[in-house]
Amino acid sequence: MSGLSIDNISMRFDLPDGGSVQALRDVSLDLEAGELMSVLGPSGCGKTTLLNIIAGFLTATNGQILLNREKIDGPSAERGMVFQQGALFEWMNVRDNVGFGPRMKGVNPAKARETVDHLLNIVGLQDFKEKAIYELSGGMQQRVALARCLANDPDVILMDEPLGALDALTREKMQSLVLKLWKETGKTIILITHSVEEALLLGERLLVMAPRPGRIHKEYRLPFADLGVGADLREVKKHPDYVEKREEILEMIWNMEEEIMGRVEAKGI
Amino acid sequence: MSVLLGLFEELVTIVTTVLLALPYLAGYVVFILLTLLLWRVVKKSLTSKKDFGSLKTVTFGDESAVSSNFAASVVSVVVIFVIWGAFTGSALLPSFLHMPAAFEGEAEFYYTAENESGLQDDALVRVIVHVVGVDAELPQIEAGDGFAKNDAVAVKAYRSGLLKWDANDEETRKTGARVVAIDGEPIVFGIDVDLGDIRVALTQKGTLNVKPDTGLQMEPIWLPAPEDVWGRLTEIITTGFKNYALAEHLGFSLFRVVVGFLLGAMVGIPLGYAMGLSNWFRGWFDPIVEFMRPVPPLALIPLVIIWFGIGEVGKVILLFLAALWIMAIAARAGVSGVRISKVHAAYSLGASKLQIMRYVIVPNSLPEIFTGARVAMGVCWGTVVAAELVAAEKGAGMMIMVASKFQQTDIVILGIILIGVIGFGIDMLMRWAERWLVPWKGRG
Repeated sequence: MSGLSIDNISMRFDLPDGGSVQALRDVSLDLEAGELMSVLGPSGCGKTTLLNIIAGFLTATNGQILLNREKIDGPSAERGMVFQQGALFEWMNVRDNVGFGPRMKGVNPAKARETVDHLLNIVGLQDFKEKAIYELSGGMQQRVALARCLANDPDVILMDEPLGALDALTREKMQSLVLKLWKETGKTIILITHSVEEALLLGERLLVMAPRPGRIHKEYRLPFADLGVGADLREVKKHPDYVEKREEILEMIWNMEEEIMGRVEAKGI
Repeated sequence: MSVLLGLFEELVTIVTTVLLALPYLAGYVVFILLTLLLWRVVKKSLTSKKDFGSLKTVTFGDESAVSSNFAASVVSVVVIFVIWGAFTGSALLPSFLHMPAAFEGEAEFYYTAENESGLQDDALVRVIVHVVGVDAELPQIEAGDGFAKNDAVAVKAYRSGLLKWDANDEETRKTGARVVAIDGEPIVFGIDVDLGDIRVALTQKGTLNVKPDTGLQMEPIWLPAPEDVWGRLTEIITTGFKNYALAEHLGFSLFRVVVGFLLGAMVGIPLGYAMGLSNWFRGWFDPIVEFMRPVPPLALIPLVIIWFGIGEVGKVILLFLAALWIMAIAARAGVSGVRISKVHAAYSLGASKLQIMRYVIVPNSLPEIFTGARVAMGVCWGTVVAAELVAAEKGAGMMIMVASKFQQTDIVILGIILIGVIGFGIDMLMRWAERWLVPWKGRG
């Protein structure tokens, strides 16, 4: 089976004051190659921790993750990551940022250049190749980040709120771009987001996580990502099913937040 | 208790001195405000630019609306030179701007002597006030009649001269004669007679003390005129100072700074990286760095002289120590300042540890290292001058120290100006290099 298999992951770490935090408990999940899954949940539900474990930046205290049947042990180029912001190298221009992965691998420069040019065309930055990173807008910077990740041809792309810092209009354009890239490249993508709308629009599968301890609360299979490829996302958002699901999930997350607040208040008294 | 009392007395002295300077400071501020008003008037008559800043209505408190006014800078520097010239009687200034000069030339007065029996007689005194360093010839004078005879006395400008008026008189102090009046004004010990160009005082022994008016200008030994300093500059450029050419003095100071700084950077930057990348190295060097950092390099001069003498080795080691800790701390901060997402991104793009070092950590720390280098160069320049003040055979600091011992104030001032210009030049050079080499600074 080629794909990502998350097998009973738990994460528990000690605090300096002697206590401990159960960040994740018994998270199991299988992703087929080419699936796009969005992960949603209130803050503290361990979604970023889960992503960092998949990326190999953290070691789970229990369980294992298999990618293409091989156990994950530390970060590697087969799992690319797109961060919210500030992960580009501002001492390199756009071209060198995108070509960073191939260069590290020692790919022949002419071939790497071809890949970079191709990807910059796809993300619409063909006229900005020689620009410095700090000369680009936030949306353009995230386009560079997407292209940089794709240039390495990873099996899985992990996105940690990649559109979180963008304004609403840019965000919508970038959502279309993510769908387009997903369809064109056929990559497996895990996307973490705070936005229910974005999770519904971009997730072929949608995972709702619950906090304390972080665990899977509910999973959906959704048609909207397929509908949205190449289409007007605003039209998708008017779809009655979309509206219904949005309200359902908002209610769910709202309740979780209420519960956390209640627990915190009870503790306070 | 007596210590506190002593400190209190010192404080009173300091405060009174400051208070004495206050009116002058206030005058300076008023002058600045006047030039500001003048500038506003001038600006109105010029065609006004309609750039974004000039269209702002709220400028007071808007930091971005305040920029350095070039005209003000020019006027400020010119005013400094004008003040300097005015108080030194500079030939570069029109004479109406000069402060009253010290009196030079001839003056005369007559004194009235009274002998024991109450008889009075007048005698004329001719006073020649001349510049220091020039001998004045005393004029031949006629003795005149009466028991008091005419005198002549030569006095140096800014100094005073003692007149033994009775040296040629028939009635002397020994016979009970004394001076009772100058130009008809009665004189007693403690109360001088002011004659305009000169003042005459009676000493306790009964002789006369002639003090020429000093004006408001500074004597060249305190503050030479700008053109004298310039003249001295051209002179020591060609003939040198104390066996070494000016370029050699300055060059040696710069050489020490550059070598000391480079050695400090060569050791300090790797040290800082090690401290930023390894717990063990940070733990190991933290106490050393944190202790050595607050020790001013100047405090190490005596020890360095004891250990290494006053030659080049000692100086370079001192500057090495001055730069080392600054560079180590800058490099450490540069490494610690790297965003974890950049490092994570590089790892998940397949970079090895060595590649992360080369492509992420080093470039990311360069802005901090440049800031550190600017500080270190400044500190090194200050330290080298201080070290040369203490002991050196050549160097900018040695030049002004030796010149001060020979009261060559022009060289002292020249040296201070050159040291300032070079320090400023070093900083400009570092800023330029920073803009050129790390254009991404502050834009991460």
